[in-house]
Amino acid sequence: MIVVEIRKLFRRPRTWFTIGLLDLLPTIVAVLLAITHIGPRPGEGPAFLSAVLTNGSLFAVAALAIVLPLFLPIAVSVVAGDAIAGEAQGGTLRYLLIRPVGRTRLLVAKLAATFVFVAVAVLVVAITGFVAGRLLLGDQPLSAAVTSVSGSTLSPGQVAWRIAISVVYVVLSMLGVAAIALFLSTMTDSPLSASLGALAALVGSSLLLTLDAAHSLQPYLPTRYWLSFVDLFRDPILWRNVLRGVGLQCLYVAVFLGAAWANFTTKDVTS
Amino acid sequence: MIKTGGLTKRFGSVAAVDRVDLQVVDGDIYGFLGANGSGKTTTVRMLLGLVLATSGDIEIFGRPMPRAAATVLPRIGALVEGPGAYGHLSGRANLLLDDASGRPSARGPRRDRQRRVDAVLEQVGLGAAGAKPVRAYSLGMRQRLGLAGALLREPELLVLDEPTNGLDPQGIGEIRKLLLELNAGGTTIFLSSHLLAEVEQLCTRVGVLDRGRLVLQEELATLRAPTGRVLVRSPDAPAIAGELGALVEHRSGCELAVRCADPADLNATLVERGYRITELLIERRTLEQTVLAATEPGADSGPPP
Repeated sequence: MIVVEIRKLFRRPRTWFTIGLLDLLPTIVAVLLAITHIGPRPGEGPAFLSAVLTNGSLFAVAALAIVLPLFLPIAVSVVAGDAIAGEAQGGTLRYLLIRPVGRTRLLVAKLAATFVFVAVAVLVVAITGFVAGRLLLGDQPLSAAVTSVSGSTLSPGQVAWRIAISVVYVVLSMLGVAAIALFLSTMTDSPLSASLGALAALVGSSLLLTLDAAHSLQPYLPTRYWLSFVDLFRDPILWRNVLRGVGLQCLYVAVFLGAAWANFTTKDVTS
Repeated sequence: MIKTGGLTKRFGSVAAVDRVDLQVVDGDIYGFLGANGSGKTTTVRMLLGLVLATSGDIEIFGRPMPRAAATVLPRIGALVEGPGAYGHLSGRANLLLDDASGRPSARGPRRDRQRRVDAVLEQVGLGAAGAKPVRAYSLGMRQRLGLAGALLREPELLVLDEPTNGLDPQGIGEIRKLLLELNAGGTTIFLSSHLLAEVEQLCTRVGVLDRGRLVLQEELATLRAPTGRVLVRSPDAPAIAGELGALVEHRSGCELAVRCADPADLNATLVERGYRITELLIERRTLEQTVLAATEPGADSGPPP
C-alpha cells in the first residue's frame, strides 16, 4: 500500500510543480548573489549566505536554510493535508476503504508517502543548491578547506558528511508538520482547511518563539529546533539541540498520528 | 447473503435508519427502494463498513460486518453514491491503482492485472476510452468506470447505489443487460435506487425504505400478483354494468373494473351476449402503487440522508 501511495503522489503533476517551486527560490538567490556579489554580513540574513560567496559548495546548506522556515512547511502541509481530505473530496476515499484498505494502513501509507515526498524535495533542493553554488558562486576547488561556524577549519570530507546529516535532519524536522496536517486531514473533507490549519499551527509556533513570555513553552514548539542544523557546522558539533529537535519531532508524530488514528478509525465516512 | 437485524443509525437525535431488518438471499436481484433522504445511502454505507451503525448487526456471507471487513469486502463490488476516480489519470491507470491497493490478500494477483483491467473496461463499454484521462470523461463514462471498478474482482455480491445515474437510455439498457448477465452467472445484486421503473424491470425482490424504516420487503412477483379484478374497456360499458350488477366494483366512462376469478370466462360470456369489447386486462398492482401505499408522502421533509 505504501508503494501504491508513493506512486500515486509522484504521478501527480502538482507534486513535481511543488518541488520545482521549492528549487526556484534558492536558485533566484544564487543568481542575485552571483550578479551583485552583495552577500549579507556574517551573522545576518539566512544562515551560511555570507560564506557562499567564497565557497559555492556551501550553498547546498544555504538553500536548505532558505526554504526551511516557510516554503518547505507549506509544501509539506499541502501534501499531507491533502492525504485523506483530498481523497474524500475526490470521492475516492470510500472506494479505497471498501477495496478494502484498512484505515490504519491507509494512514500509515499516507504518512510514509509524505515522508518520501519530503525526502525527495529536500534532496533535490540540496542538489540544486550545490549545483547552483558551484556554477554561479565562489568557485574554490572542492578540496579546499571550509571555515566552520566556530572559526576552525573543516576538511571537505567533514563538510560532505555534515551536509548529509543536515539533509536528514531537515527531513525529520518536517515530520511534525506532516503529522499535524495529516491529523487535520482526517477531521475535514476539505484539503485546503487541513493545510491551512497546519500552517496556522506553525505560524503560531513561530510567533510564540519570539515572545519572551512564552519562554517555558518554547522547548515544545514544533518549529523550535528547525534551524539547529546550523549546529552541525560548529566544531565540535553541538549535538544537544539537534537531538532534542529529532526527539521533539518524534513526539509530535506519535501524538498526532495517534490522534489521527483515533479519529479516522472511528469516523463515519460520508464523503 | 445479506442479513441485518435491528440496524439503526442515529445522527444526533434523528434516526436516519431505524431498526431495519434486511434479508437478501443468494441469487437475488434485490431492489432497495426509497425516496431521496429515506436512508438508503446510509444503509448501503453501513453494509460496507463506511458508516458505523449505532446499534443492530449486519451479516454478509454469514460473517459479521464491519468486524470481518478484511475477508468480506474483497468478495463485494460496490458503487456508492456516484463514481470516484483521480481526474489526472486515465481510466485504465485508475483501475490499475485500484487493483493494487489494499493488503496482499485483498489485492488482485499482479500477474494478470493488465488483462483483468482490460476485460472489465471492455465489459462496461469503455474499451476505447480507457487511455483518456478521467477528467475528460462524461458523467456516463465515469459511471461506467465506477462499475468497472466494482466488477474488477469478479465479486459474488454487487452493491450498487443508483448505478444508472447520468446514463443515456441506451446506456441504461446496456447496463441492465450486463447486470442480468452477471446475475445469470451467479452474482447476487443489491440495487439501491429511487427509480421504480428500473427496479421493476430488473429485480426479483424489493425492499422499501421510508424515513429510515423498512416498510415493505417482498418478492416482486408477489407484489405484482393479480388483484382478482379484470379491467374491461367497452363502448357498451353502461349496459355491461347493468348486466353484471354487483360484480362491477368501479366504473368510469367506458372502463369497468369487474371482480372475476376467470377472465377468459368473463370474455366469453360478454361476447356471447353481443357486447363489444375493446380491451380486457387482468388487473395487477404496479410497483408504484404498492410503494406509494406503503410509504407516506413527502419523505424529503423527513430525516437527513
